[in-house]
Formats: sequence, C-alpha cells, structure tokens
Amino acid sequence: MVRYIFKRILMMIPVVLGISFIIFFTMNLTPGDAAISLAGDSATPETIEAIREELGLNGPLVVRYMRYLWNVLHGNFGNSYNNGQPVVTEIMARFPYTFRLAVFSTLFACLLGIPIGIISAVKQYSVLDTSMVGLALVLTSLPGFFIGLLLILVFSVYLGLLPMIGMSTLAEHIMPCMAAGTGTFASMVRMTRSTMLEVIRQDYVRTARAKGVPERKVIFKHSLKNALLPVVTAIGLQLGMAMGGSIAIEQLFSIPGLGQLTVTAIRQKDIPVAMACIMMTAIMISLANLIVDILYYFIDPRLKAQFAKRKKAAT
Amino acid sequence: MKKTEKGMAASQGRFQKKSEWRVILKRFCRNRLAVFGIIVFTIIVLLVIFADFYMDYDADALTMHIELQYASPSPEHIFGADRLGRDYFARVIYGGRVSLSIGLLTVSLALLIGGSIGAVAAYFGGALDNILMRIMDIFLAIPSTLMALAIIATMGSSSVGTLVMALGVVQTPRMARIVRSAVFGVKDADYIEAARACGTKNARIILRHIIPNAMGPILVQATQTMSRVILIIAGLSFIGLGIAEPTPEWGSMLSVVKTQMRYYPHLAIAPGVVMGLTVLSITLIGDGLRDAMDPRLRN
Amino acid sequence: MPEKLLDIKNLRVVYKTDNDLIYAVNGVDLSLEKGEVLGLVGETGAGKSTIALSIMKLLPAKVGSITDGSITFDNKNLIDASEADMRAIRGNDISMIFSDPMSSLNPLLTVGDQIAEVIEMHEFDLSSGEIRKKVDDMLELVGIPHSRKHEYPHQFSGGMRQRIVIAMALACNPRLILADEPTTALDVTIQAQVLKTMNELKEKMDTAMILITHDLGVVAQMCDTVAIVYAGEIIEYGTAEMIFEGKDHHPYTVGLFNSIPDIKSKARRLSPIDGLMPDPAQLPKGCRFAERCRYCRDVCREKEPGTHIFDDGHMIKCFLFERKEAIGRR
Repeated sequence: MVRYIFKRILMMIPVVLGISFIIFFTMNLTPGDAAISLAGDSATPETIEAIREELGLNGPLVVRYMRYLWNVLHGNFGNSYNNGQPVVTEIMARFPYTFRLAVFSTLFACLLGIPIGIISAVKQYSVLDTSMVGLALVLTSLPGFFIGLLLILVFSVYLGLLPMIGMSTLAEHIMPCMAAGTGTFASMVRMTRSTMLEVIRQDYVRTARAKGVPERKVIFKHSLKNALLPVVTAIGLQLGMAMGGSIAIEQLFSIPGLGQLTVTAIRQKDIPVAMACIMMTAIMISLANLIVDILYYFIDPRLKAQFAKRKKAAT
Repeated sequence: MKKTEKGMAASQGRFQKKSEWRVILKRFCRNRLAVFGIIVFTIIVLLVIFADFYMDYDADALTMHIELQYASPSPEHIFGADRLGRDYFARVIYGGRVSLSIGLLTVSLALLIGGSIGAVAAYFGGALDNILMRIMDIFLAIPSTLMALAIIATMGSSSVGTLVMALGVVQTPRMARIVRSAVFGVKDADYIEAARACGTKNARIILRHIIPNAMGPILVQATQTMSRVILIIAGLSFIGLGIAEPTPEWGSMLSVVKTQMRYYPHLAIAPGVVMGLTVLSITLIGDGLRDAMDPRLRN
Repeated sequence: MPEKLLDIKNLRVVYKTDNDLIYAVNGVDLSLEKGEVLGLVGETGAGKSTIALSIMKLLPAKVGSITDGSITFDNKNLIDASEADMRAIRGNDISMIFSDPMSSLNPLLTVGDQIAEVIEMHEFDLSSGEIRKKVDDMLELVGIPHSRKHEYPHQFSGGMRQRIVIAMALACNPRLILADEPTTALDVTIQAQVLKTMNELKEKMDTAMILITHDLGVVAQMCDTVAIVYAGEIIEYGTAEMIFEGKDHHPYTVGLFNSIPDIKSKARRLSPIDGLMPDPAQLPKGCRFAERCRYCRDVCREKEPGTHIFDDGHMIKCFLFERKEAIGRR
C-alpha cells in the first residue's frame, strides 16, 4: 500500500517537473522585456538592469528556471509585477473557488451521469436509453458557458429562482456547477454506458447468469465494479480538466477563482502570476490522477495482489 | 514472368483497398446519425463558403446600422440584429467561417507536426520512440486551454495566426499518439516488409505505404480534434483571449449577450445553436466513420 | 423404458444480426437419461454451444431466440418457464461449464465468494457457516486446498481455474451438467486431469452430462452416447460403440474420423474434409453437407434427407441409408 502510493508519487515528480519546464520556457519566450515596461519610458539603463536583477530576469534561461524551481519549492512563487504582492497570497485567496467549482461540478456530473449510463446500458435501445444517449451527444457539442447562459436565461431571467452571479451561498453554487459539469456529465453517461455494455457481454457475467443469479445482482455485483474501473480513470481526468477548464464559467458567473486570475494576469502580462496559476492547476491535475491511482488500488485486487506479493518477496 | 506477377499482386492490392473503402462507405451511409451529421455539416459549410455570394462581409457583419439596433428576427434579418444593428445572421455565418477555418488550419498543423512525430517514433522505434512519446505525455498532462493560454500569453496579442499556433501545438500530442499507434499497426505488415526488401527508402515507405493505411484512425481523430478546437476557440474568445470584436466569432458574440438576454434571448440562442449543430455534426461524422471502419466497436 | 431427464424436440434457434438471420439450430431432437453422458461433436459454428445455451435459456438477449420446438427437463417445459423458474433451475438442477476458464470467472471477486454465491442462490436453508464448509468441501473435491478460497482468479493457473468452474457447477448437485468444451483451452496434461476429475465426480454424483467438444478422443473417454452436429442439425446419433466401431456412418462422420491422425494407419497424410460449412445465413436447400460430400447425387441438392433409424437405435440423416432401407423393404 505505502509502497504503491510512494511509487505513484515518485512517478508524478518528472511529470510535474516537465510541465513546469514547458510552461516556464513558453512563458519566458515573451517578446518584449518586462523590466523595460515596468521601469517606464524615462528609466535609465541602470534602473532597468536593477529591476531585472530584482525580478530575477537576468542570466540564462536554464539558470532562471532552476532559481524559479528552488523558490517554488520553498513556497515562493515570486511577486506580482502588477501590485508587488506575493503571488502565493493571491492564489490562496482564489483557489477555494476554483476547487469548489471543480469538485462540485464533477460530483454532480458523476452522481447523475453514472447511474444514467448504467440504466441506459441495462435497458439498451429503450426509449430512455436512446433519449439519454441523444442528450449526452448534444451536451458534448455545447460549451459549458453556453449551457450556463441558457441556465441563467431560464432560472434567473425568466423564473427568477437563482442568483446570476457569485458563488458563495448554496443557491449560487447550483448554476455554475451545473454549467461546468454538463460536459463531464455527458461523457460520464457515454463512458459508463459503453463500458457497462462491454462488461455485460463478458463470459463471467454469463457464468453468473448460469448460476441462477438474479438480474439485479448480475448487474450490481458482477458487472458494475468491473465497468467502473475505466470510469474512475475518466473521473480523475475530468476532475483535472475541471480544475483548468472552467475559466469561462468563472467569467460568466463572476466567480473570483484562479481562472479569472489567470486571464487577468495574461492580459496584464503579469508573468509570475500567470506562471503560478498554470503551475497550480497542473499540480492539481496531477494530484487528481494520483487520487485515482490510489482508488484503483482499493478496487482492483490484481493491483493489490501484485504489490502485496512484491512486498512479501522483498522481506 | 516475375514482372506480371508483381503487377497482378499490386493491382489486386489496389482492388482490395478500393473495395474496403467502398464497404466502409456503404456502412457509413446506413448509419442514419452519420448521414444526418454529414447533411448538416455540408449545409453549414456551403453557407459559410458561399457567404460572400449572398451577403457582404463589411456591410452586413461589420458596419453599424443604428436604425436596426436590436431588431427582432424578420424575413430580412432572420436572426435579427445586435446592439450595433449588425445583421446577426451574417455575423453568425461569418463567425462560422472564422471558427471552421481556424479549426481546419489547427487540425492541419497538428496533423503535420504530430503526424510526423508519431510516424517517426513508430517507424524507428526504440529509444527515439520512447523519448518522443514521453515528451508528448507531458504535453498531454497539461489541459489544452491552459497550454493555449500560456502560448497566447507569450505571443502577446491573439490573432488568427496566434490561435492556430497555440491550438495546433496543444493538439499535437494526441495526433502524435494516434498516428504512432496506427503506424505501429501496419508497419510490420508483409507488404511493408516487401517494400523494404525492394530497397525502398524509409521516407517513401512512410509516405506511400504507411500513411495511407493508417488513414482511418487519423481521420477519426481529425474530426474529434476539429470539434474540440471549435469549442476551445469559442471558450477563449468568450473570456476575451481569442478572436476579438469587431470580427464576428461565436464565443465573443456570446460573451456580450448576458445582459441583453432578458429582452433579446435569440442573440444568445442563435450563435450557440449554430455552434452546437456544427460541433454535433462533426462528432456524428467522426463516430460514423469509426463505427463504419470497425463495426465491432459499435454498441 | 428408463425415465428421460431431458427431451429436446425439433429445436430451432435463430440469431438476428444487423443484416442477416442466422439459422444456428435447425430442428434438433435429443434426449438424455439420468446419469447418461452425451457427446455433442462438430466443427466450430455447428451450433453445439447454441443448443446448450438454449437449454439454459441464456441465448444472447435480443439477438438469439428459440423459434420452434420444445425442451422438456424433468417433465417441465423449459420453453414456457418464467425467468424466475429458470433462475431456480440454473446452477441448481442444470449447471454449465464454459470453455474459457480465463474469462469465465469474475476477476474482482474471490473464488470462494463465487462458489459460495451459487450455493446461497439455491440452498436457502444453509447457515453461513454451512455454506463456508461446503465451499471448502467443493474446493477440496476438485483438488484445490481450501485455504486458497480468499484468492482472486488471476492468482490461479488455467487448469485450476477450470477446476474452480467445475466446483461451482457441481456445488448444488445438479442433475445435468452442460460442459461446453471444458478442456479446449487447457494444456494436454491438464486436460487429462480435468477430465479425470469430471469423470470421478460424475460417477460419485450420478449426474447426467452433455459434453460439447470437437475432440473425438475426449468423447471416446467420457461418453455413453454421441451426437454428431453439422450446420445446426444432428446428422448421426448413437451409442459410443456404434459411432466408434460401427460400420455404417454418415459421410461427414467418416470425414471427421479421417481427419484425426492415427498412429497405426499406413496412410501418410490426413484426409480432412474439403470445403467449409455452409453459411448459416444462407443454408442450401437440400442436404447441408451435399457440397462437401463425396457421395453427393442430384437428389441431395434438391431434397432434405430423412432420418434413418437402425434397429439398434443408431440414427443417420443421409440418403445413402434411406435408399438402403427402401431396397431392404422391397
């Protein structure tokens, strides 16, 4: 168990390093010099050099990357070009919104999408199945922010039931999470349905039927767990995507999350903030995948046995 | 004697290939959803390509007509007009031109870069394959929107060129993976061995033999990339980092309607529905192709 | 006349695919007595497994359906039986052993749980302790230490998994076992072990069995009676002696035997049957074997042959014997 998690964490490190390097490299290709623009037009070359020094913009790229990494490892993402405040404080203030949005939207999508996918598969070709598959298909073709607009139109404008902006009270959570979650919902329905259909055709499900196991038990005991293995992976990926992919939703509902911060930072060329936002998201995505890997360990006895055996062999 | 045998084998191969595609086409045509997709897509593409024949870009989509401000849908302006009195139908259609052309360019770029990386990785295998694919994996771990944002941030302004660059790079790893596995599937086939035995050059083998045979999965991936890219462009424009006013674009059109929706809901619905139909039709075509090429995958 | 355990009359099964109707079983008559072992022999795709799945009423839903005929088990008509009745029969009175032990066990449940399940399903009066005891007994019976019941299928070898499947099939002392190629996926040495286990258990419990196989060696070792299946029909039926030692055979049976290597035979090469089985979506009008038959005449292509039954009960569906009978009568 510990070995397995340890191994997964070790495997995460090169990925996070790789991501940070790619992002750092990309963002530092920026044409134009932040030091010059910060110093203003009337600055002397000496002041510009001093600012450059202060911002850590001198030296070759690799050295700068190492320095950046060292600082990040000490919890220091630098200061904002814009207001001089430490980036960490800003991010920590914004992060809870994005986190809540991602978690609740994914939760909503799974709680609704997985059961619908199961029912669809069990009642293949029924009216319910056809309509749900159709709905999922349509929903995957629409961006979340458009769904959000429609939700606002119906629930705020026409019915006056839900608030149009913000995400503090419970009521304010409903529309953003639904809008951010519809895409995930649709892919959950499609995926659960197709893996379930595949599992139902497996020999061991036929064996269960041949034992006289009632259909309900065939579905829940013999098929569901097997079908959910790939779905769990998909949930991890979707959760990761939700961490970075709901910027438009944050904008639409005026939620002060990381996404909004990213957009502002990019607009204002506030590189440290933008870097930190993107890095933070990348780390959250890796963590989501790590959680999935750990979940897998508990669901799949094959994995468990593999690591248990190795442990025995090692001692 | 030898020569005729070879010629016969070659013509037979061609015949088989041709009839295989005919079977796929037949299966595709029997799939009602796919046919629906291709009809809708054709209509949208025709409307977009021939837009200049029945509309004027500058006069209809860009120029302000204050007397038409917020005009309701009518026979002359079937989607009405926006807050500057610009014909909304023209803007939706020209918006489609922007999205579809960026989508097409992006897919081509991703196919060119990703395809080359994937083909080279699969064809030469070994350490090169390993290194290239690990790099692609890391790129894949970054969500496309974020990576695109990073690139846009670097490039400063966001023009069509920037967007194509950013999205093309973002979609490259997926393409590389698909091409790699497709090429892996055919590279050890007998006819490749035969070509190699005849001393055919590597590049020629990749171009003439492997790529055409790996076409199926690549096509499917291309349609999926296209739908995804259209949605991402809309998203970027919606948050103000994609195509900006006054150029018509679905996402940026939707970004301004929130406050106008109460009185003019069609301003939100028209671009959204057309975008949805476009993406849906491309998805349906892709699904149809996939099912037609491998009927076992169907559920 | 001994009591019939299973009686199948004129069974017809059709599979519906996207474009075709596949005629998998076309008028099969079969009967089985208590404790009898019947071998169903034929090529892949002849419809053997379909017959077994029809008895269990486990044909793939919405694809396969029984279009005609009757299946009577222990004086109960299974065709009309409700799903609940069938569930009570499956695993209890009739159980099935599938061909591929690698895929017929659920990878996420322990083998002990999977054996216990079938007992729980049918023997309601047992306490959980008694069930556990029975699981241990069943495992020991097929030669697997009961201490391994907490392990998962992937921790066992193919032969052991098949013995677990057998333990599961025998757990409720069924009166009929349908064994669908139980040894095909196994190594030859393990094949022998599994067959030995099955034979012993059958003797001990006096269970009837339908053994589906294309391996005539297995048939010779295990079966009392043999039915040869071709294109969804039974073309020859008789006791094992009649099939293995008798003189009169359907040309297909002859071909089947000739395609087995015989160490004593002088012939240098095997003589397999030429051609392929007819496409079950487009069955020929006359005898289904006509295209591949050495003795084929015009009549074979036009009319379906009748079934000739010899005095000893040996049964062959071929014009060769119909004519002989006609001559004899004249």
